[in-house]
Amino acid sequence: MYQVGNLVKELSDKHGRQRDSLMPILQGIVEKHNYLTDEAMVEVAKELDISAAEVYGTASFYTFLDTQARGKYVIRICKTITCSMKGKIEIIQTLEDMLKIKVGETTADNNFSLIETNCIGWCHKAPAMLINEIPYTELTPEKVVDIIEGYMLK
Amino acid sequence: MEKTGLNKVDLIFEEIDPKEVLIKASKMTSDEIIQNMLDSGLKGRGGAGFPTGLKWKYTAAEKEPEKYIVCNADEGEPGTFKDREILDRVAYKVYGGMAIAGKAIGAKNGIVYLRGEYRFLLPKLMTELESFHKMISEIGFDFKIRYCLGSGAYICGEESALFESVEGFRGEPRNKPPYPTTSGVYNKPTSINNVETLVTATMIIKHGPASYSQLGTKDSRGSKVFSISGDTPTPGIFELELGMSVQEFVNEFGDGDTKAVQVGGASGFCVPRKKFQDTIIGFEGVPTGGSMKLFNSSRSMYNVLHNYLDFFAEESCGQCTPCRVGCQQLLKGVEKVKKGEAKSIYLNELVKLADTMKIASKCGLGQSVGNAFKTIVENFREEIIY
Ligand SMILES: Cc1cc2nc3c(=O)[nH]c(=O)nc-3n(C[C@H](O)[C@H](O)[C@H](O)COP(=O)(O)O)c2cc1C
Ligand code: SF4
Ligand code: FES
Repeated sequence: MYQVGNLVKELSDKHGRQRDSLMPILQGIVEKHNYLTDEAMVEVAKELDISAAEVYGTASFYTFLDTQARGKYVIRICKTITCSMKGKIEIIQTLEDMLKIKVGETTADNNFSLIETNCIGWCHKAPAMLINEIPYTELTPEKVVDIIEGYMLK
Repeated sequence: MEKTGLNKVDLIFEEIDPKEVLIKASKMTSDEIIQNMLDSGLKGRGGAGFPTGLKWKYTAAEKEPEKYIVCNADEGEPGTFKDREILDRVAYKVYGGMAIAGKAIGAKNGIVYLRGEYRFLLPKLMTELESFHKMISEIGFDFKIRYCLGSGAYICGEESALFESVEGFRGEPRNKPPYPTTSGVYNKPTSINNVETLVTATMIIKHGPASYSQLGTKDSRGSKVFSISGDTPTPGIFELELGMSVQEFVNEFGDGDTKAVQVGGASGFCVPRKKFQDTIIGFEGVPTGGSMKLFNSSRSMYNVLHNYLDFFAEESCGQCTPCRVGCQQLLKGVEKVKKGEAKSIYLNELVKLADTMKIASKCGLGQSVGNAFKTIVENFREEIIY
């Protein structure tokens, strides 16, 4: 759990307080904290003067506006057909072994979440994944180890 | 001479001086720009293939003073990645196309809706947008573009769902009519075009419609950027003249053992080997937003179909029953047949369900689930059953 503090106000100053400011504000919170807490959503509702149900209803539609707790680095592995054909299973295996979690879980230190996602537009360089917004492509188990070790040192 | 084989083209990624093209456009009337699009024969590159000139003409005819140009950069169709590459390499041509479209329909504002998966590109795109704004203000073009980001929902590529999302709502498709040309984003007349369509428009203004319409066939003019993946030695992005057969395509991109090509992504059509020769890639045959996936004989078409159905079951917005329930039933249905829990004849019932979804679903998602379903089940029935 994090405290949103002034973030909602800052984002509202930047993006406005109209209905169409809602997405950029929620995206701004997720960019910083990786998921939306109830507190954050209530705060947004107050700031935009709409009901919290509206905020939650919108957020829950979008897979990237997570309403369940996620780690600092959200790993999204593509599970669509080409990545699936080109070794997605070995990549997931490697990640699960390294992070000691299963798909859908978050590490105990809250550093990594592992989830599957649909085609991320890198099929010609499959298998592919995103870590937060950064794409990683043409993955092999060895490459994945290097990448994750890099994040562990951050 | 009759055209044969496959012709590589370099129009979309060609480096040009955008200022020159925009000065040319600024000296044309709205009608002239629209006539150029109509004469070129350009059809939308986002999948549905609506003639771009007509879309601009309808939007231009609306009396409402506030209008919008929207660039659809949601690119979520499995197997499509060309719009990312286009934005990465020639975003200025996308912006140019938006400004030209703006002049044609009488809009001063443009919105690019970029899928959240491509957020890493945004800083670069914004810098380029700044230079673009500076350049067009120098030549007296009154047009402003802004970005909206998606958040991981395939359905937001559907135009009316995209508008809902821009406005800050759940991305649930609207009823049609009214069409976007009369009531689009913020309920204002809107021309929504795919990234590649807008770049093509820029190139048509540059080279003229006559030279563009020499490429391609009567029903599919011009060239198209293809996103090629799967079992191929050369996956990647290729711009090809329209009008080739699947066979010609496979000769160039196959691995020697291609048994099927999925044309147009999960919502497109599966073409089996025996139909390669007689199937044209384009509006006269199998249309495509550019996604071309090749499968060789080591692949199980059951796995392919299952993967697509799983995709649709997840991405259906759930708003209308035929699609929400239909996607899940198709998925469960093929699983049952595979496990032997249902007789193979049950597949016929599922095909009927897919037909019903085509008629009864509210938007293009539910309406096109049957494309892949039927073409895979019809052509690879044994692989689904055994
Ligand atoms: C489920 C669904 C997803 C779509 N996704 C996209 C997309 O990612 N990009 C796109 O340009 N068009 C997409 N479309 C088509 C758009 O609704 C619209 O027809 C297109 O943006 C119009 O542009 P065009 O005429 O230049 O092709 C999608 C349609 C449906 C039904
Ligand atoms: S067809 Fe599917 S995606 Fe489209 S509105 Fe209905 S439920 Fe939503
Ligand atoms: S299938 Fe994985 S990126 Fe497209």
